[in-house]
Amino acid sequence: MSQRVVPTEWPLVALALTLTGIGALMVYSAGQTDVPNFVVNLWKTQLVWAVLGVGAAFTVTRISVRFLEWASLPVYLGATFLLFLLLFIGEGAGTAASTKSWLAIGGVRLGQPSELAKIAVVLMLARVLSSERESAKGLMDLWRPALVAGIPWLLIMAQPDLGTGLVFIGIFFAMLFWSGVQWPLLVMAASPGISLVLAFGPGVWGAWFILLCALLAWKRPAWIESAALILANVAMGVVAPILWDKLNPYQQRRLLVFLDPSADPRNSGYHLIQSQVAIGSGGFFGKGFTIGSQKRLAFLPEQETDFIFAVVGEEFGFVGVAVILVLFCVLLLRTTRIAARSGNPFASLVAFGLTAAFFTHILVNVGMTIGLMPITGIPLPFFSYGGSFMLTCWLSIGILALVSAEGRGKADGLVI
Amino acid sequence: MLTFHPNAVQQRGRVASALLFLVFLFLLGSFFRTQVLLGARFVLQAETNRLREVPLSAPRGMILDRTGKVIAEDLPGFAISLLARNEDTLRVMMRHIGEVVPVSAEQIGAAVRRFRREPMRPTVLFPDASFELVSILEERRTEYPGLIIQSSPRRHYPEGPAVSAIVGYTGEISDAELETERFAEYKPGQQVGKDGLERQYEDRLRGQEGARFIEVDARGRVVRDQARPDLEPERPPALYTNIDLDLQRFVYELFGDSLIGGVVAMEPRSGEVLALHSAPTFDPNRFIGGIPFDYWRDLQEDPRRPLYNKAIKGAYPPGSIWKLHTAIIAMEAGQVRINERMQVPCNGGFLFGNRYQRCWKREGHGDVTLAQAIEQSCDTYFYQLGLRIGLQNLVAGGLRLGSRDRSGIDLPSETRSVFPTDPPKEYYDRLFGPRGWSNGVVLNLAIGQGENSQTVANMARFYTALATDGEAARPEVVRGESERTRLFNITPEQLKQLQDAMAGVLSRGTAAASQLEGIAIAGKTGTAQNAQDQVRDHAWFAGYAPAENPKIVIVVMLEFGGSGSRAARMASRIFEHYLKQPTSFQVSTEEP
Repeated sequence: MSQRVVPTEWPLVALALTLTGIGALMVYSAGQTDVPNFVVNLWKTQLVWAVLGVGAAFTVTRISVRFLEWASLPVYLGATFLLFLLLFIGEGAGTAASTKSWLAIGGVRLGQPSELAKIAVVLMLARVLSSERESAKGLMDLWRPALVAGIPWLLIMAQPDLGTGLVFIGIFFAMLFWSGVQWPLLVMAASPGISLVLAFGPGVWGAWFILLCALLAWKRPAWIESAALILANVAMGVVAPILWDKLNPYQQRRLLVFLDPSADPRNSGYHLIQSQVAIGSGGFFGKGFTIGSQKRLAFLPEQETDFIFAVVGEEFGFVGVAVILVLFCVLLLRTTRIAARSGNPFASLVAFGLTAAFFTHILVNVGMTIGLMPITGIPLPFFSYGGSFMLTCWLSIGILALVSAEGRGKADGLVI
Repeated sequence: MLTFHPNAVQQRGRVASALLFLVFLFLLGSFFRTQVLLGARFVLQAETNRLREVPLSAPRGMILDRTGKVIAEDLPGFAISLLARNEDTLRVMMRHIGEVVPVSAEQIGAAVRRFRREPMRPTVLFPDASFELVSILEERRTEYPGLIIQSSPRRHYPEGPAVSAIVGYTGEISDAELETERFAEYKPGQQVGKDGLERQYEDRLRGQEGARFIEVDARGRVVRDQARPDLEPERPPALYTNIDLDLQRFVYELFGDSLIGGVVAMEPRSGEVLALHSAPTFDPNRFIGGIPFDYWRDLQEDPRRPLYNKAIKGAYPPGSIWKLHTAIIAMEAGQVRINERMQVPCNGGFLFGNRYQRCWKREGHGDVTLAQAIEQSCDTYFYQLGLRIGLQNLVAGGLRLGSRDRSGIDLPSETRSVFPTDPPKEYYDRLFGPRGWSNGVVLNLAIGQGENSQTVANMARFYTALATDGEAARPEVVRGESERTRLFNITPEQLKQLQDAMAGVLSRGTAAASQLEGIAIAGKTGTAQNAQDQVRDHAWFAGYAPAENPKIVIVVMLEFGGSGSRAARMASRIFEHYLKQPTSFQVSTEEP
């Protein structure tokens, strides 16, 4: 890495810049309400963070993948330590006021370490997975990556921050897939979680359980693994709902609020309805930039963060939504391509892990605005207002550009 | 490392890309569904979210007299409403307002009821707010985000109690009314005619409510006052009546406070109602914006029943003013001539079977002709005339003359007059049992007593036929098409004879004291016994003037008023006022 002429991954950078630009416009629009509040000036801060983010990304492209691989362990340990520290000194703010997701020193909030922890986990997982001789064949072989992802995941769930926790799960499974783990094993690893989700429909859970048993019979993993899986699934699918039903409604509510404070169950229904009304009333062409009435009149909640995509839907209509979704899709196809073309297993895994992180954010955030996903308070990359998140997104872009430049994609990168 | 062989990675890349592509396609499809397929529904929802329609009260049409003088009008007024998201918010808002201005429990209850019926409409709290109240709240408007102060016309009757029998009054539409089909388009808090012309002509008086569209935010705060151009409320054209307000006021003042009764004055050919009064009266202005409880209780407890319209709702035995009916029925059948005398002269009564029926004049009228019997109101003569006609024909004739009809006046809830049905045998069997009555009932019927109660309006209608050519005019309060119905077929000569006899009533008969200089009045007095009071009879006078060319028919009924001559005196004052239009007139509330 003596030469300083780094071939830039221009399509990726152009996409990210476009999205950031539109995103800043949407944050500006989110501030244009009839009864102005603090949101009105956030677009400026957002732009500052974007510039810082682009600068950080540029800096990252100056280093090497080898350095990144070397740095992954200290970064990971540092991030985990910060997350641990947050349990004691974390502060709540913004949409997650009751959680401990903010790091503050002397009353000045510095940022949300969980955002950086995503990159740290991606790096560490990539390092662990790329160091394996061959991809995992049984559940027991997954203990090292599970530990790497599990510790920060537990710390984040303890904040508690269900949304970011979901992103970690997405990253984890996506990277296992990328490391060559076969789908039956992925299904087995994911089965307790799937059981928990399906537990509320006994028939559906039953069907799922039969399928799982069939899978076990076909793949025949170690008997102790099979037993553990069946036990875990029964616990999640049968015992959990029974225990759940025994709780009083207020206890259930407390538990839900504990799992996800940003979505007060009493208000989440209201949020979803207002978001759907905003998007739906945008129609085909939208109401026009800054003049969405749902947003202007504050019917739309969290319009500058979690529900910023509803502003897109209301003001630019289906056309705007389609353009943004296509841009995101192209971005992710591009990063997948970077991952696929990188000759370096570590770099390839990092690229795909970051792709998965982006993907989970986009899917959960966009999905929740029209009720396809639970409301978990997860931001939309390049759009939602937030400094740490903007920084993380651009750091990710920087790493992806670096991977692209050093991997097999080098030749492509030279061709602008 | 085998797992990262380029081919294997490329393969996974293809799988991942395909998955990505599918997920985004699915997302796009979902948005297409929400925004394009279901878009209209959400657009509507967004509009109802943001726009609140604040109704601009409909002005009511004016009610004018025949010369354009005002009977009912709208004065500027204010209504105070609240925009609340839910009932709890509404209650909290009312509690806050209650801290600066008095809000009664009834007002809160009424507002909550209005809210439940129409939660998206601003809920009226003070339908008729005083200026003082408005200025207090206007000052603190910013403290009450959902408070709406709007102009809301207030009904006013400049002549107040003088016109209450005609005009009625308005009030807030009731829950019961809201549930009926007739008021399907009405909203709680709106004003509606409750009685009189206000009720009868509700459809013509009701204005078109306008709307102001205000924009509210998620907290219900008013963000923009006129989010869309106002829909202006529309006032319907004025309702012209046939009432002569000057005459109406005169009649009202004539009755004063002490007399009880009803008056109808009509133009005999067209049926135009010149005046209609019921005494004692009430002030309809006090009914606007909610009747004060004390006032309502006083009206309800007053034994003279001020709220009971004695001109159209009260039916009273007509007594001798019905003798013209008997005479006409006999004349139509050719059973009597004007100068014909009866077998038995009047010596103060008439013996029918074993029962002695008195004439009102104890000393008797002697041997009288029909003309004299009308002038003097001789009962003995009409007992015999009734017997000559027979019960069957008398009842059939009475029915033909409209004695069991309504006058058809254009005022609400007119009472139908009471009279036997045809055949009378069945009617009396039903009433008293087959053995409970005799043919003697015909005697009472012939002199306007017995099973006969007439409204003042219905009698006025009948006397328009006597004053003209046998065609009765339907009383019309509001200017419109007149409707005349032929009541009887006697020759013009016979009619003239009866008219002369009625003129004789004033010139030398029972109402001789009421004749006027220069104006010949024709009419008939009535002193009707009634079941409620054995001593005090109802006093009637029905007549017209000038006798040779009738311009006005007047029927006066004084409840428990004593003698018909008293009613005649009052009628004569009204005739005089209407026909002479005296330049100076001293109001006298003393009994003449």
